[in-house]
Amino acid sequence: MRTRRLLAACAGLLLAVLAAGCGKEGSPPVKGPKPGQLPVYKVDTAFRLPESKTWTKAKKRGYLRVGAKEDQPYLGEKDPATGIYSGFDIEIARMMSASLGFDPKTIHFKTIASANRETALQNGQIDYYVGTYTINDMRKKLVGFAGPYFMAGQSLLVRTDEHDINGPQDLAGRTVCSAAGSTPYQRIAADYPKAILVAYDTYSICVDNLLTYQVDAVTTDDAILLGFAAKAPKELKVVGKPFSEEPYGIGVQRSDNALRFALNDALEANEKNGNWKKAFEATLGLSGVPAPTPPPIDRYPAT
Amino acid sequence: MTQTAAASALYDIPGPRTRKRHFVYGIVSTAVIIALVGWIIYLLVETEQFTSAKWTPFEYKGIQELLLRGLGNTLKAFAYAAVLSLALGAVLAVGRLSEHRAVRWLATLVVEFFRAMPVLVMIFFIFVALKVQPLPALVAGLTLYNGSVLAEVFRTGINSVDRGQREAAYALGMRKTQVMTFVLAPQAVRAMLPTIISQLVVALKDTSLGYLITYEEFLHAGKLIASNLDYDLPFIPVVMVISPIYIGMCMLLSWFATWVAKRERRSPKTEAVEVAPAEPGTLLPGVK
Amino acid sequence: MDVLTENFSLYGKGFLGTLELTVYASILALVLGLVMASFRVAPVGSLRVFGTVWVMVLRNTPLTLLFFAVLLGLPRFGLVLPFKVFAILALGCYTSAFICEVLRSGINTVPQGQGEAARSLGMTFGQTLGNVVLPQAFRSVIPPVGSTLIALAKNSAIAGAFSVTELLGTYKTLNELGYSIIWTFVWIAVGYLIITLSISALFNVLEKRYGVAR
Repeated sequence: MRTRRLLAACAGLLLAVLAAGCGKEGSPPVKGPKPGQLPVYKVDTAFRLPESKTWTKAKKRGYLRVGAKEDQPYLGEKDPATGIYSGFDIEIARMMSASLGFDPKTIHFKTIASANRETALQNGQIDYYVGTYTINDMRKKLVGFAGPYFMAGQSLLVRTDEHDINGPQDLAGRTVCSAAGSTPYQRIAADYPKAILVAYDTYSICVDNLLTYQVDAVTTDDAILLGFAAKAPKELKVVGKPFSEEPYGIGVQRSDNALRFALNDALEANEKNGNWKKAFEATLGLSGVPAPTPPPIDRYPAT
Repeated sequence: MTQTAAASALYDIPGPRTRKRHFVYGIVSTAVIIALVGWIIYLLVETEQFTSAKWTPFEYKGIQELLLRGLGNTLKAFAYAAVLSLALGAVLAVGRLSEHRAVRWLATLVVEFFRAMPVLVMIFFIFVALKVQPLPALVAGLTLYNGSVLAEVFRTGINSVDRGQREAAYALGMRKTQVMTFVLAPQAVRAMLPTIISQLVVALKDTSLGYLITYEEFLHAGKLIASNLDYDLPFIPVVMVISPIYIGMCMLLSWFATWVAKRERRSPKTEAVEVAPAEPGTLLPGVK
Repeated sequence: MDVLTENFSLYGKGFLGTLELTVYASILALVLGLVMASFRVAPVGSLRVFGTVWVMVLRNTPLTLLFFAVLLGLPRFGLVLPFKVFAILALGCYTSAFICEVLRSGINTVPQGQGEAARSLGMTFGQTLGNVVLPQAFRSVIPPVGSTLIALAKNSAIAGAFSVTELLGTYKTLNELGYSIIWTFVWIAVGYLIITLSISALFNVLEKRYGVAR
């Protein structure tokens, strides 16, 4: 019977895949420059923060649980093979961990999608969240924000051989790629209607289309674009002044002001002692962009 | 399954000349199909889908484990959804068969609403609006939809048991619950088993919707590999690896349903039930 | 309630998107389904095999996987088309497998004697098919085709999650604008109900006019 033969073929394929289960160790080769020397953060073992419920629970547990992104190179990226997270956001999470008295090696990272960041913080699934999390008033009603630790802004990524695009005003008649439905996409659609917009599900597809000359530019927050530029610094560059302000903050539970203030202090200390700059240079800095001055910390009062 | 053309009303039994003509048609169409397949393979090679950069990731243990973990999560969601939808289906079916009008109405309302709503809208609603974690959101969405469809399956199954069975049972002095559990349900379930399994295939297929709400299932693992710039965006290789496994799993379950159906048709234990056709009769059914 | 009135154009766009997807994909599914059904009952072996494989594979493929392969995979294949066309392709091909099965079982419900009688009256193959078999098959397939197309309309929601302009997809924008998420979804649900109930009503009319009296 035909059905059975087909089934046998499918079962065979499945077995073949399973049989290949004795694979190589390590992870597949990676493109782009090797991540630079990552700073080593000194663990502040004497640190105590009994007023913070989150901190007390984490101390009992012995490690911190941090939410992050998994698909942004040099910002928050998870190696599919090893499951290890890396990037600038991850470094921020690690230096915060050290300042709170937890060895950064012990952090349990968890990928949280943009749609459920607030929920994950509210129900205590994670202790804090570092992942291109723009501070705004609407979100402040739901969660607390330490930082900002980075001032991002919408910008443009183009090929290095492109000289005609220097800002969003040059986009008329050119194809621009962004994530469908995202704020950057809507901003281009509303403010620069002459640009031809292309939308994909993921930025990595946009970037690939840029490399293969199918689109002329990719637009979103410059931090994300810098990460991609760092993957291929010879082929890609970020151009123009950012045309929006997206202050990235560390999300914490809204009620836990003690933790928020402690994170603010830790950020300030790490910006002063050079760790922040080192972390930037070892990750996003690989794109060739010098480390900017970190934005002033917004210590808004507890409400 | 192997319905040959000879058995339909369309053709006569072919004579020698017709057979010769069909033979020529056969050769031509085979050639066309082979050419089509060849063209696709040519395109695959042409667009460099078989380069080592795109396939080497699969050699690594970490990647294989990622895929297997995804597969495990898919099966986990399926197991939860299957058990819960069967339970919900049973409850709703009993509700629809209840003698109290209010209960009947409520059950009918629930069943009709969830069958008319796209599953994905339900899943997104639970995930986004009710702020539930991906796995419970997926399982809840699948349960509500498949449970409602199964309720209808159960109800028609119970109703299709020969009336004499019920009357005989009542005549023996059995009570409502006893009639249902000892007489109607066992016969109905046997007869409806193939339809139930087919509906479970739908549930298995729909676990892939979890991908859209970032549940870390099989397709999500594939996407993580496929959208990685370092591996040269191996979308086609990923599809080539994961689709045979998905299709194979579903086919296995579908085939099991047909096998059960064949066995049941011969079994004397289901004689009292007119086996309902697999085709849905109503206009708001659960074909998916 | 404000969500609907203040964003009527957005909802309208999404609604039309879903409608467009449904209509075009339905046409594609019906045509492809008819072709595949005729393959499956053809006297030529290789066509029968092709039709069978088509139906078996597509019926057992999760639609999300198909969308993934078509929307994200095909562009890597050198085929670059608008998302909407890809979505119509995926939906249409997927549903064609179900339409094919419905049509085939419709043809098989026509008793063999009908064909034999037609042939013994000297009718040609075309006449047998056009005047005897298909009219009878058509009547019995109206309700199942209707329900298959309703399923298609519901499945079009998946396209929205893959960022095609579509009813479900509107929630993303409205969510970012900060509207009440519950009401957003209520209106999305109403939109889908309008579409599915219209298809259902259309096929009820068809069934009344042409269907078999049962």
